[in-house]
Amino acid sequence: MEEAAAKMPEQPAVKLIGWLSPYVHRAEVALRLKGVPYELLQDDMANKSDLLLAHNPVHKKVPVLLHGDRSIPESLVIVEYVDEAFHGPPLLPADPLARAAARFWARFVDDKLWKALWVALWTEPGEAQVALATSARESLTLLEAQLPEGKRFFGGDAIGFLDIAASGVALWLPVFEEMAGVTLLADETHPALCRWAREYAADEIVRQCTPDMTMMLAFLTPKRGMFMSTAKAMAA
Amino acid sequence: MADVVLLDLWVSPFGQRCRIALAAKGVAYEYREQDLSNKSELLLRSNPVHRMIPVLLHGGRPVCESLLIVQYIDEAWPVAPRLLPGDPYARAQARFWADFVDKKIFDCGTRLWKCNGAALEQATRDMIEALGALEAELGGKDYFGGEDLGFLDVALAPFTAWFRTYEQCGGFAVAEHCPGLAAWADRCRGRDDVASALTDPDKVYEFALTLKEKFGDK
Repeated sequence: MEEAAAKMPEQPAVKLIGWLSPYVHRAEVALRLKGVPYELLQDDMANKSDLLLAHNPVHKKVPVLLHGDRSIPESLVIVEYVDEAFHGPPLLPADPLARAAARFWARFVDDKLWKALWVALWTEPGEAQVALATSARESLTLLEAQLPEGKRFFGGDAIGFLDIAASGVALWLPVFEEMAGVTLLADETHPALCRWAREYAADEIVRQCTPDMTMMLAFLTPKRGMFMSTAKAMAA
Repeated sequence: MADVVLLDLWVSPFGQRCRIALAAKGVAYEYREQDLSNKSELLLRSNPVHRMIPVLLHGGRPVCESLLIVQYIDEAWPVAPRLLPGDPYARAQARFWADFVDKKIFDCGTRLWKCNGAALEQATRDMIEALGALEAELGGKDYFGGEDLGFLDVALAPFTAWFRTYEQCGGFAVAEHCPGLAAWADRCRGRDDVASALTDPDKVYEFALTLKEKFGDK
């Protein structure tokens, strides 16, 4: 942003409601990249606290960012807010066309890619699942094509908006793949995207807010049945 | 090709968002009506991922997705009216509610013309609730953007042309449940930049009936 947006002083407390979710991770990594100290208020979807319901009455979901008396839900809205409200390296590029592209591909990750991955992961083995897996890999290919030539991240030399939006592919997809016994993202089919995933996961700041994956697996494994029913409903 | 081209469909509320934004900013552009049953090469080339309208082409470079196009227009032509405010929190709120319009209003609206019976009743309840939330967000302001058109106004305004359709299908009156929103809709329609973009509500209803004929639940 060229013009000076109204940046609040960092004194008002910043809290983040949420836990163990790829959407919460997006908010955390944005805050950490900007060097904003925050308190994580653990709240998982099974036990929606009064605080969560008060601050996100519309969607009742995590994450919700609390900044002083402001509350902001929706992970990508939070990431843009954090980018604009705090000093630090910009997460979105300055050029309007590049910004539109980053936002477009972030929505693609949420609207198209994760749906395709989800149904491919949790559909019962068979012909239908094979077709869904092919479709999911095509979507991964479309995302992979957005990596700038010779750069470590979608954002270039540093983690940017699209890296944050796609972080679930780097950190959570391997966990889901292990649970489902399905491989969708592999070096043989997506070498550049796999390289990106490793770079992202290894980043020092990212590691600070990456949940322990063994714990994630233990937390998610009981939900397998639910994942399979949602996949069924989505594929219908 | 003109410097600014909009690939669009006459009745699309998503396309209309772009038209309103361009008109509000005073940006000259070429409008190209698209035949979605026989998609043009330009459309397929410009939006290979979704193959949907609207698509804005600026100097030949495409921008897709209506809310992203509106943000792009605001950023590429940083003149009054500023559709997104300067304050980060106000921006976040505008983005949140515009996303809400996409998720709730469009979805409920579709169910209103598509469904029958119990599903239609549910769609009506959901629509009234969603409009109520937007009414609360408007508060006593002239526009969601304050004194002038803002991002959320642009996001929602095209759907006002569908109010009559929602009312006919659901058997309710927007003005009765959301008088503030109904007044806002009139205020928007009184503006050239909005009025020139919107489809006549009777034509929208006719269009919805043809959709119902083709795609509605039996």
